[in-house]
Order: sequence, then C-alpha cells, then structure tokens
Amino acid sequence: MRGVCTRSGSLSAADFYASAIYFSQRWNETNSDFPNWVWIPCSRLGAISEDEGYLVLEKIKLQTERNDSNLELNNCDSCANDELTDEATLVDVHSHDAHLYDLHIAYSFTYKVPVLYFRGYKSDGCHLSLDEIKEELPSHSVEILQKSKWTFMTQEEHPYLNTPWYTLHPCGTGDWMKLLLSSTSYGDKASLIQYLPAWLSVIGQTVGLRVPLELYSPS
Amino acid sequence: MEEEATKYIWEGAIPLQIKLHESEITSFPPPPPLMILGLRIGYLPLLVPPLKAHFSSTLPPGTDNVWFDYKGLPLKWYIPTGVLFDLLCAEPERPWNLTVHFRGSPGDVLTPCEGEESVKWSYINSLKEAAYVINGNCKNVMNMSQADQYDLWQSLLKGNMEGYLKISSRLKLGPFGEDSLPSEASETVASSRPSRIPVRLYVRSVGEEIVDIEDAPIIDSWDKISYINRPFEIYKEEGGYVSLKQALKSLLPETFNTNSSQEESGTNVKDPNAPDFEDDNAKLRLVRVQGIEPDMDIPFFWLANCLRNPEFYLHICVFISKQPKLR
Repeated sequence: MRGVCTRSGSLSAADFYASAIYFSQRWNETNSDFPNWVWIPCSRLGAISEDEGYLVLEKIKLQTERNDSNLELNNCDSCANDELTDEATLVDVHSHDAHLYDLHIAYSFTYKVPVLYFRGYKSDGCHLSLDEIKEELPSHSVEILQKSKWTFMTQEEHPYLNTPWYTLHPCGTGDWMKLLLSSTSYGDKASLIQYLPAWLSVIGQTVGLRVPLELYSPS
Repeated sequence: MEEEATKYIWEGAIPLQIKLHESEITSFPPPPPLMILGLRIGYLPLLVPPLKAHFSSTLPPGTDNVWFDYKGLPLKWYIPTGVLFDLLCAEPERPWNLTVHFRGSPGDVLTPCEGEESVKWSYINSLKEAAYVINGNCKNVMNMSQADQYDLWQSLLKGNMEGYLKISSRLKLGPFGEDSLPSEASETVASSRPSRIPVRLYVRSVGEEIVDIEDAPIIDSWDKISYINRPFEIYKEEGGYVSLKQALKSLLPETFNTNSSQEESGTNVKDPNAPDFEDDNAKLRLVRVQGIEPDMDIPFFWLANCLRNPEFYLHICVFISKQPKLR
C-alpha cells in the first residue's frame, strides 16, 4: 500500500525510491553546472536491494558567503565587486582553498522521511570539523546550532556506510513537509513524486545547496 | 512476569577486564587491567571515570579522547554494552577482554564521543525515535521537563530501575501489542495505522562450514555486520500472534527470500496467509537478545515487552549462514 502522505508529511520507502529517481533525473537534466545525483543501491550481506538505497552528490561546492563571491568572480567577466571586503574571497575558486562536500540522502524507516547526511573536505582530503563547517553554513543554521547543539545537526553514523557523517535530525520533517505539500495544488500522486524536490528546497537552504528553479517546472 | 524480566535486564552486567593500550603506558611496571562490571543496558564511555582513576598516573600528557577496542575492532560507543558483547563474542568470553585508549580516537571510522554528554544525547535521541515509532510523534519525550530528563538519565547511569520506571512510565510508551494503549490523537486515520515496535537488528554472517557458532571468526571490521534500524510493523486486522521467527523474516526479507516479491510497501511482508518460508537462501544460526537465545516460536510482542532496553528499543543479534549462490 502506497503511503497516503500529504496528510502526514511522510512517505513510504517505495515512494522515496520513486521520488529519488525522478528527482535525480530532473536534476541531471536541468543542472549541467553540478555533478549528477547518483542512486546507490544498498547491499546487505551480499544481496543488492532493488529499491532500497540512497542518493549521493559528491565533491560539490556549497553556496556559502565564502564561495558566493568567488563564483561571481569566476562567472562574471566584467564585474567589479566593490562589496568585497574580505581578502579571502579574492582567491580564485579553483585554488587549493576550495572546500568540497559530499551530500547523501537516505530514507528513515522510523520517521518515514528523507534524511540528509553530509561531509566536508579540504582540498587535501582532510575532513572538515564541525567548527570549520559552521564557518560556511548559512547564518540562520549557525544560530540554530548555537541554541540546540545536540538536536539539530550532529555527527551520526551513516545508515549504510560505517563512518560518521553530519546529519540534520529528521523528527520535525514530517510536520513542515505536511505544510509545504498542503500548500501545493498537486493531487496526491503528483505530490509524492515531487516530494524530494520539495524537501530539498527547504533542506538545501540549511546547508547552502542551491537548487535550480528549472527543477520545479514540469519536464 | 514482565516486572521480573525488567529487573533481570537492569541487573544484567558483563564482567569486563579492561587494559590500557600499550602505546599509552608510560610507567613500569605497567598498570594491571581494571576489572569492572559493565551494565548490559549501559554504555562503555560511562565507565571512563573509574578507568581514568585507575590509569591516570601512567597516561602520557595530552587531552583525553577515550575509545575502546575488542581485538582491534574499534567499538561503537552508542551501542549498549550487552549488545556489543552478544554480537561480537560468538562464544561468550568471561571476563570480556577489552582495550581502552585515551588518545587518538579513529575519527574517520568512529563517531567521536565527547564523554557522558554525547552518550546522554545519543540515548535521548534513541528514546525520541522509539517514541515516534510507537506513537507517531515524539511529543511526550520533547515535552519532558529538564528535571525529569535529568532524573531519567541519572537513573540509567546508576542502574536505578525504580527511579527510572517512575519517570518512564509517564511517557506512556508501552506495553507493545494488543494490550497497548491507544496513541495520542493523530492526524491519520487510526484504524489504518499499524502497530510498530522499535527494533534494532545486528546481523552477522557466519560461513556455512563453521559447524559450531562459537568458532566463528573474530569480527575485524564493522562492514561485516549489517545494522538494521527499522521498526517492526503489523496491521491489527491480521490477527493471530507473530512469532519471533516471523518477525525476523519480515525484517530481513532479502536474506530469507530468493524470490522476494517487491512489495510496494517496502520490506515489511504483511501477508499472514503466506506459506511458511523455506530458508533456501540463508539459515538462522543464532539469535540473541539480552544474552538469551529465545525460542523462535515465542510471541514477538511479549518478547519485546520483556526484553527491550530502557530506551524502548529491542536489540536483536542475529547470526546467519549464507549459502553461496549457484550461478
């Protein structure tokens, strides 16, 4: 039975899979600047699952205050960025300073919602600490992090890889997704396939992932 | 009966013999290992105060970053001690020999532990998650007063069962099963909601050629263990009772089905009229819960009510043998 989800803000594992495939296709079609999202099937004790797994987007730059100006510099041939006051932003975006991130989206069987896992790296491959990541997070996320150290964004074990990743706690996701989905005019079935793009439009803002608007127009 | 079971759980402890890693011994003769009881429902980092007291005089200078290993395998500190023991010691080792490190935690494989606070929050998050599984929301845990949260944690720390039960009973999270209390009013249609039990499965594969499970090789990597954090779900109208065996098959379908029907609802198989499975792909070798090997026909809800941990999770260690697939 497919989950009836716009009422609860959650979705079944099967619908997560369907939405993930749809979302990654749309992303790959509309977003040539970024690498592609890839679906990694989960493999358990030698058996590869047909519909359980997670989405990965690796080695990307996030839209941070630090990088924003760099991107502008790089993309705009004739700009004179008078607003730039920070020396660091004058560094070329391809310099050794660029931090890269891996983003994974997995399904929580408990909360029946997607969950974001992410890690950051320096150019030498060293993992970024939480303090270093905080410097790059959008300011409203940093505020929340100051107030709730243990319940907003913490290091947890990735559900499929045996390594620590930063994650955003999913217990509130159902509530705000319910609001988000109820404000659309989609029917139930259409809502479910759009679940991930809708979810990412909010979560992306927490970590500074820019989601292109074309993703939301019909394919 | 359940009260007796709860007492058994709370009193269960693993005799531990913990030695300091040789690279951190700066004195001669080296300090003896510490013999200490680890509560089954407790967590290894909570043993740091007595360990620190015992080893501090020999430690090299530096800041503490405590972690444990068993035969070289870094131990995941957020897994209850009893579960680690049941899972990693195919043949129960008494005392259980562990190594403690105060330096150099392997941060790329082990989530760092900042001491008691980390453990407490990991525990509270598990409790929240269990509440969500049972009730469809975690309001009762989120709304706990600071005082209650503090008392709950202190009770767990000290192994104080009465103190703990006084507070946890107010959370209205049990018992599981037919006699479970109806949950708080929820937005979804109540009758179509399944009963859910918080379960954490730890599955290890043992070669077919190993006749006696106690000869299973030592685990040298967590990649050899499958961790499945997934609620067990059952719809009320299915009736009857679910045995432990049926519950496990429902939670591990890809392990037991060669022709797994790709149910739209995901991995929970909910057809009580399906014939009993033939284990043609995997064989259950051993199932351990709280150090006990329960009968496979035991009613699952009853087992969960008796043997769950204080955070309302039922932790089950499963050893299976996989047949090599014929091509």
